Amino acid sequence: MINVLLITFIITLLYLSIANRLMTYVKIIAFQGLILFGVAFMELIEINPVNLAFILLETIIVKTIAIPVFLSYVIKKNGITRETEPFVPNFVSLIIVTMIIIVTFLISNSITDTHLNKIYFVVALVALFSGLYLIISRKKIITHVIAYVIIENGVFILSLAVGTEMPMLVNLGILLDIFVSVFLLGIFINKVGDVVKDIDITQLSNLRD
Amino acid sequence: MIGIYLTTALIISGLVFFNRNKQINKSLVTLFILLQWAFTIYEYLHKGIAELSYFKPDALAILLLTTLSIISIPALFHSYEYIYPEKENPKTRSIYYSAMIILITAIGASYLSNHIAVTWIFIEITTLSASALIFHRRNSGSLEATWKYIFVCSISLTFVFIGILFLSIALGNEGEQGLYFDSLLKQASNLNTFWFKLSFVFIFVGFTAKLGLVPMYTAGIDAKDKAPTPAAALFSSVLMNVGFVGIFRLYIAVANSSIHSWANHVIMIAAFLSIFIATVYVLKVKNIKRMLAYSSIEHMGIVMLGIAAGGIGYYAAILHLILHSFAKSSLFFQIGQVYNIYKSKNLYYLGNYFKYNLPGAIIILIAFICITAMPPSGLFISEFYIFTSLFKSGYLFVLLPVLILLTMIIWAIGKNFLKLLFTPPVNFDETKIEKVNHIETFSQFILLGLVVYLGINPPAVFVDLIHEAVKNLIF
Repeated sequence: MINVLLITFIITLLYLSIANRLMTYVKIIAFQGLILFGVAFMELIEINPVNLAFILLETIIVKTIAIPVFLSYVIKKNGITRETEPFVPNFVSLIIVTMIIIVTFLISNSITDTHLNKIYFVVALVALFSGLYLIISRKKIITHVIAYVIIENGVFILSLAVGTEMPMLVNLGILLDIFVSVFLLGIFINKVGDVVKDIDITQLSNLRD
Repeated sequence: MIGIYLTTALIISGLVFFNRNKQINKSLVTLFILLQWAFTIYEYLHKGIAELSYFKPDALAILLLTTLSIISIPALFHSYEYIYPEKENPKTRSIYYSAMIILITAIGASYLSNHIAVTWIFIEITTLSASALIFHRRNSGSLEATWKYIFVCSISLTFVFIGILFLSIALGNEGEQGLYFDSLLKQASNLNTFWFKLSFVFIFVGFTAKLGLVPMYTAGIDAKDKAPTPAAALFSSVLMNVGFVGIFRLYIAVANSSIHSWANHVIMIAAFLSIFIATVYVLKVKNIKRMLAYSSIEHMGIVMLGIAAGGIGYYAAILHLILHSFAKSSLFFQIGQVYNIYKSKNLYYLGNYFKYNLPGAIIILIAFICITAMPPSGLFISEFYIFTSLFKSGYLFVLLPVLILLTMIIWAIGKNFLKLLFTPPVNFDETKIEKVNHIETFSQFILLGLVVYLGINPPAVFVDLIHEAVKNLIF
């Protein structure tokens, strides 16, 4: 069951690479939050119940509800256009994300360590690299933030892989999550909206040599 | 004591945040400096005794904590010259001071931390407070710098977190106890090589955002350019040391394992590329603050070269780090005065500084000698040791290009500083000069004096502490 969920997570990443509208991105983020809830529930069932409840509440409240709601609020408030405005065609994006998946899969086959469940490693690295790819291939700042949230989800999956032995690391990942969602999104996107309307990175490229 | 220190600093920062009166603000800031020094002295007297189980003042922590305490005095007091004359609402001032106090506290705590996850948490807090400082002027330039800084630092911290996860996989069934730096050192030779390598790469790349080496250096440049100068002085000295501490403590474990020479190559490549990129930009850049930021990158590259070369290089790297902190922060304080006089950071509009501010011009001249590592600067000694260690360990093919690049940097910095001092400025209205308070220059004389003194005639305590900091490395 965990494997099915994790593969669904990878499929959402493929969908993300061809999605055209910002609201689709937001819905995918919410869906990924649900997947993470399922994975966390099944993987960490043995740990201390209070800690488990905290982690599960975080995946539901922060990842599935708060971040998507807030993202759509920011999109509406600043009147950001609905297009994602990629620099490259969607077809190329799809091929690149597929290549990332294949390469990560091949790399993971060279790992001989039995300590770690390889699928976590593959999914986390795919999320990390597709997130980085989305950052460099999309124009809007809001898509950069969304890509960052995806990287964050990948890291959360990786932290679940060691979560039964070290629940502290999962909590740390959650700390990173809250740090980002409160700070990067909460305070900052609002401020960006106050100073420059319709935010895209071309307006933030004056500082250079 | 560290518990008391963190709580009191947090309370002071909160009080500063809610207070709008200048006198009360000043007394609170003075109180914080007293607390900072009391804490530093306490930790020096209790060297090596773990507190709250996560913090342990070892030799490196004490050296860097003392550096922090010395630099934080002028950084806080010079802020009054920059922050109060501005016609802004008092709210931004309170945010500035409380962010400054939190930044200094978080930097100090991350030096002392003995657990890699705790170091990571405090470095996250430094990102938070630093971005509040960068955003101080609230215009589009500072907004852009803040955005880039937060974004790049968040991604880098995520990288560090992934590195910590890999490290925990490499540790196997050790659990959280294994992530203490002490136990990492003990376990180092038994770790799974594949995961250890992967975790070193991720943690190294992540911390370069703070240290200012090649993959993630960009964020720091804009931050140092746009932050108010006293904050920029902290960013380019003590905040860079935070990144160094993160990498160095892990490196001590790496040096005692089988991946030592591989890690050295990774560090060597990053360091060389940093020096190369710093050279390219220093030659090209027109903004004097950005030039200093790139010069910091060059110096951090030299420090990491020393680490990678080993031998006497370890000693020299830490010496270089500390002396560079003093030299670079004094230069940034002085650039604040330059900006007050010319209202510009562009080298094209600067000039004849000797005529307008004599003590400041003398500072610029001495600082130029110090920062380019010419004798009698202490940086000369440390760079000389680092180059010796590179030569001895057979890295001649790295040493020669580095020396050529450094010569170009000396030429570029010299050209720009001498233009600032001697050639007449363009379109400059002499009648509107603001008088600079000469007491403001005093701190820079002391800092530069320290650079010369600690380099040429280091006190025995200082030398012993550095030797103790590198004692766990294989020579």
